[in-house]
Amino acid sequence: MKDTQAGAPVIEAKGLNLVFQTADGPVQALKDVNLTVNRGDFVSFIGPSGCGKTTFLRCIAALEHPTGGTLTVNGMSPDEARRKRAYGYVFQAAGLYPWRTIAGNIKLPLEIMGFDKAEQDRRVSQVLELVELKGFGKKFPWQLSGGMQQRASIARALAFDADILLMDEPFGALDEIVRDRLNEETLKLWARTEKTIGFVTHSIPEAVYLSTKIVVMSPRPGRITDIIDSPLPKERPLDIRDSREFIEIAHRVREGLRAGHHED
Amino acid sequence: MSALWIAVAVWLAAWALNVWLAGRAASRSRLGKMLVPIIFGATVLVLWEGLVRGLNVAPVILPPPSAIAAKIATSLPVLWQDFAQTILKGAIPGFLIGAGAAFVVAIAIDRSPFLQKGLLPVGNFVAALPIVGLAPILVMWFGFDWQSKAAVVVVMVFFPILVNMVAGLQASERMQRDLMATWGASYWQTLVKLRLPAAMPFIFNGLKIASTLALIGAIVAEFFGSPVYGMGFRISTEVGRLGLDMVWAEIAVAALAGSALYGLVSLIERWVTFWHPSQRH
Repeated sequence: MKDTQAGAPVIEAKGLNLVFQTADGPVQALKDVNLTVNRGDFVSFIGPSGCGKTTFLRCIAALEHPTGGTLTVNGMSPDEARRKRAYGYVFQAAGLYPWRTIAGNIKLPLEIMGFDKAEQDRRVSQVLELVELKGFGKKFPWQLSGGMQQRASIARALAFDADILLMDEPFGALDEIVRDRLNEETLKLWARTEKTIGFVTHSIPEAVYLSTKIVVMSPRPGRITDIIDSPLPKERPLDIRDSREFIEIAHRVREGLRAGHHED
Repeated sequence: MSALWIAVAVWLAAWALNVWLAGRAASRSRLGKMLVPIIFGATVLVLWEGLVRGLNVAPVILPPPSAIAAKIATSLPVLWQDFAQTILKGAIPGFLIGAGAAFVVAIAIDRSPFLQKGLLPVGNFVAALPIVGLAPILVMWFGFDWQSKAAVVVVMVFFPILVNMVAGLQASERMQRDLMATWGASYWQTLVKLRLPAAMPFIFNGLKIASTLALIGAIVAEFFGSPVYGMGFRISTEVGRLGLDMVWAEIAVAALAGSALYGLVSLIERWVTFWHPSQRH
């Protein structure tokens, strides 16, 4: 029962390498990545495009396959973890199916995983409430705003109650105001569900505001340049972003990003 | 000559009426939307009638619409028999068999890259064969009755539906397929819940093209051998007897049947792909 406790390692990468074979020759997408994510962590991956932050997240989800090193999720290979439905994945775009209602979209993974009808309905109404979309279940995706669509896609990732939530720039396409609101809601959600969250972003304030652990990455080859454990408390009102600690962490992230660029 | 001038006068009056109607708010109502094309269609018929009578055009060249209508009214049993033979027995079963075959083959092609390389070029080759070459061969194989007509229709509709469906199965976005993978979905689950629904707008494009091809195929195939009824048979024999009013009567039936078939497919399309941007209202 040890590995279900808070603080136990959930995702472990050791010496992870990934080389893509492209038409222009091999591209090193990830080089020697070492990282341990513990249960209940909120880990952000930040870096310029091409730094491998999305690729690393996709490796965890078994959507990409590392060419070297070891990677375990819940002590299993990522592929086994995927088949055991260990995680929910939220992409940059909501990716809701337009022929299904919001409730139908959230139900889709439950149908695939073979939940019975009553359980499907129960979970749909539960997660709709969690993301504050109660009453929108019968709407079609195109009838909702971008922010609401993204909340629906988060609800879909939560519906089957995986322990891990992987989010790849989920709010990258949304405007600043909606993004602030969704950041606040994401923190609330994290506190309520106690999930382990991996979060890719290219926004420094977003990474610092959300995370307990910030992984700074840099490109060519994609690698980790700094791992920052945030001293910020778990309760974070939006105006914590004006505090000294917040600004100090943001500064350290910025330095890490700049150092990565100097080595080019 | 007076018929000609009456027709021209009616035409100009109806034109003015439609311009007036189109400029009014009423034209955006349901009734208004139907009224304008109906007036236009009626005008074309009146003008046609007037021109043919006023200029004394020989009936063999172009019979007036009234003569065609009279012919239709007096030959309803014959027209119905021809319609049943060509449309109900030839075109529609051929369309359904061809569409079903294209559906199955498209999935087979999707499953196997080998078939994708092998079958698509063969389909392409068959589609490139001229119908006037293919039809007599199929009539030899399947006999004079409707079976050979259905076979011609199958060959004609198969390829457009296949190509559209193969393209449609690629239409789902990578992210949507990745999502399916993260949920551990099987091939068939992904096919049924994601890729087929995403392919529907493409499939219906193919079906709409095929619905008009089916009609052409069934009629033309009868030129190469048929029982002594059927729309294609009637057209080819009546042309020989200079019975052009009957030819026009058959054309009218064919136009109505073709529009009805196309309309039916469009109606089903609107119902199935209500979510597609082109169908949202």
